Amino acid sequence: MGRFSGFAVTFRQMLKPRVTTRYPAVKREKPVRMHGRHVLNRYEDGMEKCIGCELCAGICPAKCIYVRGADNPPDEPVSPGERYGFVYEINYMRCIHCDLCVEACPTEAITETKLFEFSFANRSDGIYTKEQLLVADDGRARRQPWELWAGGEDDDTSAWMRATSPSGQAAYEGRIGWSGELGFGLRQPEQGQAADAPRDGIDADDTSREVGGGDGR
Amino acid sequence: MTAAMNAASLLATLMAGDPALAGKLDGGIVLLVAVKVVVAFAVLLVAVMLYIWGMRKVIADMQNRIGPATAGPFGVLQTLADGVKLFFKEQSIPSSADRTVFRLAPYLSILPAFLMFCVIPIGGTVSMFGHRTNLQVADLPMGVLFILAMSGIGVYGVMLAGWSSGSKYPLLGSVRASAQVLSYEAAFGLGILGVLIQAGTLSTRGIAAQQAWVSWRSIFTDWYLLPCLIPFAIFLIAAVAETNHPPFDLVEAEQELVGGFHTEYTGIRFAIFFLAEFMNVITMSAVAVTLFLGGPSGPAFGFLPAQGSVNVWFVPVFWFLVKLLALLFGTVWLRASLPRLRYDQLMALGWKWLIEIAILWVMVSAGFVVARDRDWPLWAYGAITGSGLLAWGMLYLSIPKPGEPVEDFR
Repeated sequence: MGRFSGFAVTFRQMLKPRVTTRYPAVKREKPVRMHGRHVLNRYEDGMEKCIGCELCAGICPAKCIYVRGADNPPDEPVSPGERYGFVYEINYMRCIHCDLCVEACPTEAITETKLFEFSFANRSDGIYTKEQLLVADDGRARRQPWELWAGGEDDDTSAWMRATSPSGQAAYEGRIGWSGELGFGLRQPEQGQAADAPRDGIDADDTSREVGGGDGR
Repeated sequence: MTAAMNAASLLATLMAGDPALAGKLDGGIVLLVAVKVVVAFAVLLVAVMLYIWGMRKVIADMQNRIGPATAGPFGVLQTLADGVKLFFKEQSIPSSADRTVFRLAPYLSILPAFLMFCVIPIGGTVSMFGHRTNLQVADLPMGVLFILAMSGIGVYGVMLAGWSSGSKYPLLGSVRASAQVLSYEAAFGLGILGVLIQAGTLSTRGIAAQQAWVSWRSIFTDWYLLPCLIPFAIFLIAAVAETNHPPFDLVEAEQELVGGFHTEYTGIRFAIFFLAEFMNVITMSAVAVTLFLGGPSGPAFGFLPAQGSVNVWFVPVFWFLVKLLALLFGTVWLRASLPRLRYDQLMALGWKWLIEIAILWVMVSAGFVVARDRDWPLWAYGAITGSGLLAWGMLYLSIPKPGEPVEDFR
């Protein structure tokens, strides 16, 4: 029956479970630190985190970020400190979602949601402006009409920095080294970094023993 | 005048199978026929729609997928959505095409598929508009010949489409189509002949009537399934090849011929080719049901009145559909399981095996039928079988084996 065994194979498959999900209606769980569409975060008091330093634009390998900083108006400052991001644009026709901007950002202003399904129908929609990127007053991403959001894709935009202990030290695991977010407050660390139990004698504030390689330790 | 009368009497003879058409024609009968034609066409279109949907669902099941699920409940309207999309697509005609034939070809390929379906009895005899009539568009006395003719004509659409495109790949596809149909038409006809020898009639309704339901034993004794098991197998293989259905879809082998004969077709003309292809699959399955599986014959629902409308109208159609669905599932199963044949394998299967076996079966079973009718003694049956086996052995030995040079045989 060698040449008919293929029929048995196909018939057996009919009884097996389906691997396909009903995609647009049902989305599979995405990884916590997935690189999707960006948001610009704000502090709990509503101030913007971006300080217009252009480090993100500098490190961007696709050259898709355009930032112009400006001095904060003394009367109604946009961000705490001297400067703020006056213009902030990301060109999603170029962005490769490498997350280097998130790593470069000194104030955790730019992070990424898990959304990757945005199909704009014209090129100017592909360039997100600051108004579109900045989170709304509830701390959520402002949803554009061409984006296909499922619930929870902008819940954990700061998960990346909350999962990585500062300086990559296991000793910092579980400690809060980040700022609060509008709508969510100061959040707990993300679990998930495997590390040994904390070693005795390491002061969490003293990073010199673990980092700064070659400093004559 | 005489010519007209001859034509009229010929028409009367041709149509005499249907009780409604036996007597004088009146408006009611014309209406009845018109209704039947329109309903049959609509039913066939809807059947194609459902078949394509079911095919995609079953193949998806066999590949652990879901298949179409968005348009309508369970995605049942997916084919309709595809059709609407294709309807609004641009239709382009290549500059080197023969424009008239190019436009005509899709209809040439869909028409035989529908006409073949017209002679299939899908139900019993019912009363409609005050006339008794068969659930069949046309009951021709030579219905089986009509089926053979239409299946042969069906390839014209494919052939002309490829030729009139004025392009190389379609031409190659259509040449393949004509060679394939030519090769398998013989086996197809000989497979049907296996039934005709037993049945002694060319009328599809007559053949179905001979397989009428008496008891459960009818499946083995009255249906032509067991008496004609080998012709049935040959018929199925040849019918799959005739309809260019996988694994015999060399006509549109994507890897070799882009799209095959319909490479240059776009929009609704392309859709009509696909409609015709799947209509052919359904019609061929219906022919197989009629010839080998008893057509509409099946047990009546005993708990309902025997002459009630359910048992007269619905039950025969129901059994016909059950058998049709079983065969259609088989075609989908084929599509999901078998890879496409190589061209020489296709030709070898048709010419070296199917035709040989079919011819011998026809000769042997003809001998059996004659022996039965003339009351020949028992040893005659043995002689017929023996000579058949002998002939088959000689034919088998005369076929060059793979790798064997043909010259050695001369």
